[in-house]
Amino acid sequence: MNRLQQLFRDKKDICSVYFTAGYPNIDDTLPVLKALEDAGTDLVELGMPFSDPLADGPTIQASSEQALENGMSIKRLFEQIKDMRQTISMPVVLMGYFNPVFKYGIENFIAKCKEVGVDGLILPDLPFDEYREKYLELFEEAGIANIFLITPQTSDERIKLIDANSNGFIYVVSSASVTGAKKEVEQGQINYFNRVNNIGLQSPRLIGFGISNRSTFKTACQHASGAIIGSAFVKLIGEHGAEGSKIEEFIKSIK
Amino acid sequence: MSTRNKYQADENGMYGQFGGAYIPEMLYPNIENLKAVYEDIIGSAAFQQEYKSLLKDYVGRPSPLYLAKRLSEKYQTNIYLKREDLNHTGAHKINNTVGQILIAKHMGKERIIAETGAGQHGVASATACALMGLKCVVYMGEVDIKRQAPNVARMKMLGAEVKAATSGSRTLKDATNEALRDWICNPEDTFYLIGSVVGPHPYPDMVARLQAVISEEIKQQISEKTNKDYPDYVIACVGGGSNAAGSFYHFLDDERVKLVAVEASGMGVDSGETAATIALGDMGIIHGSKTYLMQSDDGQITEPYSISAGLDYPGIGPQHAHLFDTNRAQFLSATDKEALDAALQLTQLEGIIPALESSHALAALDKMTFSENDSVVITLSGRGDKDMATYMERFGF
Ligand SMILES: Cc1ncc(COP(=O)(O)O)c(C=O)c1O
Repeated sequence: MNRLQQLFRDKKDICSVYFTAGYPNIDDTLPVLKALEDAGTDLVELGMPFSDPLADGPTIQASSEQALENGMSIKRLFEQIKDMRQTISMPVVLMGYFNPVFKYGIENFIAKCKEVGVDGLILPDLPFDEYREKYLELFEEAGIANIFLITPQTSDERIKLIDANSNGFIYVVSSASVTGAKKEVEQGQINYFNRVNNIGLQSPRLIGFGISNRSTFKTACQHASGAIIGSAFVKLIGEHGAEGSKIEEFIKSIK
Repeated sequence: MSTRNKYQADENGMYGQFGGAYIPEMLYPNIENLKAVYEDIIGSAAFQQEYKSLLKDYVGRPSPLYLAKRLSEKYQTNIYLKREDLNHTGAHKINNTVGQILIAKHMGKERIIAETGAGQHGVASATACALMGLKCVVYMGEVDIKRQAPNVARMKMLGAEVKAATSGSRTLKDATNEALRDWICNPEDTFYLIGSVVGPHPYPDMVARLQAVISEEIKQQISEKTNKDYPDYVIACVGGGSNAAGSFYHFLDDERVKLVAVEASGMGVDSGETAATIALGDMGIIHGSKTYLMQSDDGQITEPYSISAGLDYPGIGPQHAHLFDTNRAQFLSATDKEALDAALQLTQLEGIIPALESSHALAALDKMTFSENDSVVITLSGRGDKDMATYMERFGF
């Protein structure tokens, strides 16, 4: 059983955090990761900055821009996390756009992920069909989960297809929107979560986009295995860097 | 209804190894919807009738094919200019916006979004929206808003809302990102009116079909003006590649016609200040399409440079990447300086002030050799009014 499967078997109300690698300072990646683990975070989505993050709102855009300005790259990321498994035991998935991964070379990229102990990948603009035809085997052989997104506009039929080809979890995008913190969860969103839950899926789900505080987190947890906090946390490290006490305070305020 | 040849998109939107739809799941239903209906809509009698009649009475088509005598004399051949500059709003962009606006209406969409660089596509979109009474939001990089004030004012006068893209380099590629983000947030009532043969499938194919009227007319006109029913050369500039795609469309599988695409090399291909995507060619994914693009070793998309805002794009339509790979089209590039010289030459030989973009196509004349019997068609994609500030500054008028 791998780290992701174990997490979803053992835990409820999974608290997952997204942050951009190399932000706010280039070498903050590992210290932030460590501080998150120490604060009791269950899972991390580590963002690979991209010049054209078209599914992201202003906060994550700005963090990506800053990280790239700091000199962040995929090569540098793998250097930063090469020994992470000596100190980090929670699952870590990498999240980013397809072009930098394509440019790096997918085979090399997957091999590197396996080597450093990355558990999964979220590449929102890698088409599902292309993944299934060209890369599924590669991912499965390396034991790397590919995590797909679904949205309120995704049909039941497609959700089932995605479910059948998922081996980590499904990322439930909470509303038709780009990333960004919101203050509350609306009834329409709850109806959509219920629709998804009634399909009878085999894969566990995490809800993300717009989850920013205890109230949105708790609401989301009622409708999935847990939730993902992104922009709100990126804002925090933008202000306080990798400062452990602030990160701990933040995670405690959510869970 | 659609006959596809090996240079056109297959049912998955692939041109050889290029194209496709590399989009986040949030955009999947929108793209699927459009994919399911666009061919049938374009093929329908109702669409064709409305589109043709707007092209004729509103846009002013057919645009003339003009034998440029003094220019021909200079190059010792027969040069014909396809006068897209005479279209309403001053460029080929209107052929596409009039077509897409009809598709949007057929789909019951109420709100139109568009991206623009120089503002030509923004103006053409705002124009089509005013004509149809649809709400129009145009995304434009903050830097371009400052550079292209007259077009910003035109869009506003036409009733469009112009929104500044303030992220990244704050130019065309960022405006495109903002438009895609808007579409993610407004998947149901909004139609994204893309301005070139770029973006996820079906956009490259849809836009090419809507610009194909250019080559349809060239074919007809050249057989009226010469003793052959095809030209020997068709030359067009490429930013994303829509005027070139339209100029090539009906000649793609007629190998007697040599197709020439001209990119903008800015300060020079190797200067670091360039938009010559094919010349620097590196495969990757930009705005939902697999194609050649300008990128760093780490796969970050790099900012292009050209004096002409309309060619200042770091990618190229996937069909052009395929035409390059298969050697069906020849790709040349022209620098800022060469384009400016060509603009001045056309103005003083023929009394036509061309757009800076189109001037890149004209600059190809100095890079090629023709025989005196050749018929050489150059697509004059737009007029130079919008570029007067640049011409005044560079030529000191
Ligand atoms: C006059 C003119 N020509 C050419 C272009 C380049 O676009 P494309 O390569 O899609 O024809 C533009 C774009 O703004 C334009 O305004």
